[in-house]
Amino acid sequence: MPKPYLSLSLVSKTFTRGAVMTEVLRDVSLAANKGEYISIIGHSGCGKSTLLNIIAGLSEVSEGVVLLENREVTEPGPDRAVVFQNHSLLPWLTVYENVKLAVDKIFGRAKTAAQRHDWTMFSLELVHMGHAKDKRPAEISGGMKQRVGLARALAMEPKVLLLDEPFGALDALTRAHLQDQVMAIHARLRNTVIMITHDVDEAVLLSDRIVMLTNGPAATIGEILPVPLVRPRRRVELVSDPIYLKCRAAVLRFLYERNRFVEAA
Amino acid sequence: MPPDIEPADAAPAASIVAFPAARRSLLAGARTLLSFAAERLLPPLVVLIGLGIVWQLVCSQPGASLPAPSQIFTGSWELIANPFYDRGGLDKGLFWHVLASLKRVGIGYAIAAIVGVALGTLIGQSKLAMRGLDPIFQVLRTVPPLAWLPLSLAAFRDGQPSAVFVIFITSVWPIVINTAVGIRNIPDDYRNVARVLQLNPFEYFFKIMIPAASPYIFSGLRIGIGLSWLAIVAAEMLIGGVGIGFFIWDAWNSSLIGDIIVALAYVGIVGFCLDRLVAAVATVVTRGTANN
Repeated sequence: MPKPYLSLSLVSKTFTRGAVMTEVLRDVSLAANKGEYISIIGHSGCGKSTLLNIIAGLSEVSEGVVLLENREVTEPGPDRAVVFQNHSLLPWLTVYENVKLAVDKIFGRAKTAAQRHDWTMFSLELVHMGHAKDKRPAEISGGMKQRVGLARALAMEPKVLLLDEPFGALDALTRAHLQDQVMAIHARLRNTVIMITHDVDEAVLLSDRIVMLTNGPAATIGEILPVPLVRPRRRVELVSDPIYLKCRAAVLRFLYERNRFVEAA
Repeated sequence: MPPDIEPADAAPAASIVAFPAARRSLLAGARTLLSFAAERLLPPLVVLIGLGIVWQLVCSQPGASLPAPSQIFTGSWELIANPFYDRGGLDKGLFWHVLASLKRVGIGYAIAAIVGVALGTLIGQSKLAMRGLDPIFQVLRTVPPLAWLPLSLAAFRDGQPSAVFVIFITSVWPIVINTAVGIRNIPDDYRNVARVLQLNPFEYFFKIMIPAASPYIFSGLRIGIGLSWLAIVAAEMLIGGVGIGFFIWDAWNSSLIGDIIVALAYVGIVGFCLDRLVAAVATVVTRGTANN
C-alpha cells in the first residue's frame, strides 16, 4: 500500500485557559490519499473546526503529528489553502484583487505579471466569477463571496484544499449550486479536499469517505464510512440510489442514535 | 457590403442617435442639480435667513449689547469684502490670520497623525505596551489643551512652537486610541488569511493591518482635526501674533464686536471644511469602507 498523502497520527488537542484544561480532540488518526475528497462530520462544538485548523497549521497539536507528503505540518501555508466559513475576503479589495493578493504572494517569482493576471482570471472563471471581478465583497451575494473565497484558495494550487463549512451560511438552492460547482472543479483538478460539514446530504453527495466524529469533549473518530458512489454524481438521480440511501442512513444513525447531541453539555 | 463603405455608413447613424442622447443627459444632469439644491441647500438657507431676521429684531432694540446683522455689515464691511488686504503688522485681512492659524494646525496635526498612528499601532499590537502606556494616556488625554500651554512656553521659550505643541498634544490622543482599537479589532479571519498566505510582517502591516484599521484610524483623525481647530483659537489668544485666535482677542480689546462675529463665522466655516476634508480623504483611502 502506498504511503498516504496526508496523515494524522494520534492527534490530540487540549486548550488551557488559566487552570482549566479542556481536551477537545483525542487520538485522531486519519490517512488521506491524493485526490481524495474527505468530509468530517459531527455535531456542532465537537471539534471539527479545531481539527481543520490543525491540518491548516493555524492551531498547534498538543500531541501527535500531521504529515503532508512526509513533511510535518508546523505552521500555516499556501499548500493547505483554507476556504473559511465566513468567506474572509478583504472588504477593501475588489474580487480580483482578493485573488490577486494570493497569486502575487505565491507566484511572485515563478510567474510574470501577465501570467499572474491570467492565472487570477482563470481561478475566477473556475467558479464563474470573472464577470464580477471589479466588484467589492460588500456588493456581491453570500454565495458569490464564498465562490471568490474558493477561487482564492484554488489559485494557491494547494496540495490539500481545506473547506470549513463552506456552504453553511447559504440558502439551500445556492448551496446546491455551489456543491455542484465544487464537484465539477474536483473532477477537473483532482484536488485533495478535506471538508468540514454538519449536513448529512452534503457529506454523502461530495465525499469519497466520511469521517464521523464522536461528541466532545475529547472527541475522536467514531467511524469512517466509504461512499462507493460513481462519479460524476447527479443529485437528482441519487435521491433514489440504494447506495446513497444506505450511506445517508449510516451517517444519520451515527449522529442521532449513537452520538446524540447533548443539549447544554 | 464592401468594407470601405461601412464607416461612412455607420457615422451618420451614430450621430443621429448620439445627439439627442447627449442633450437628454444634460437636461437630466441639470434637473438632478436643481433637485439637489432644493433638497439640501434650501432648508439651511431658510433657517439661516430666519435666524438673521430674529437676530436683527432682537438686537435693533435700544440698549442691545450685541450688534445686529445690519450693523455688522456696515461696521465690518472691509473684513467681509476684502479678506486679502495686508497693511503690515497685525493689520491684515482675515485670510492671512486664518492662514497663519492653519499653518500651526497643519504642523501640529501632521506630527500628531504620524506619532498617533505609530503609538496606536504599538498599543494595539502589543499587550505589554498597552498595559504600560494605556493608563498614562488615559490620564493625560483628560488634561485640557490650554493647561499644556504654560508648560510648553517654559520648555520652548517661544510662542510659535508652543502653539504647535498644544495642537499636537490635543489631537494626538483620539488618534492613538482609535488606531489602537482599530488594530485590536482586526478580525481573526484576516490574520488567518495572512498566515495561510505567509505574508511577512512588512506585507502584513501594509496589506492587512493598515487597511483593516483605517476606518478606525480615520475616525480618530477626524476627531483630532476638530479638536486641534478648537485648541488653536484658545492658544493663539494667549500667545498673540498673527492668527485668527489673537485677532478675536484683539477685536475684543478694541471693542469691535462686529469683527469678532465675522471672525467666528470664518472659524466655523474653516473648521467645517477641515472636517469634510479629512472625511473625504478617508473615503478615498478606505475606498468607502469608512462610514461617514
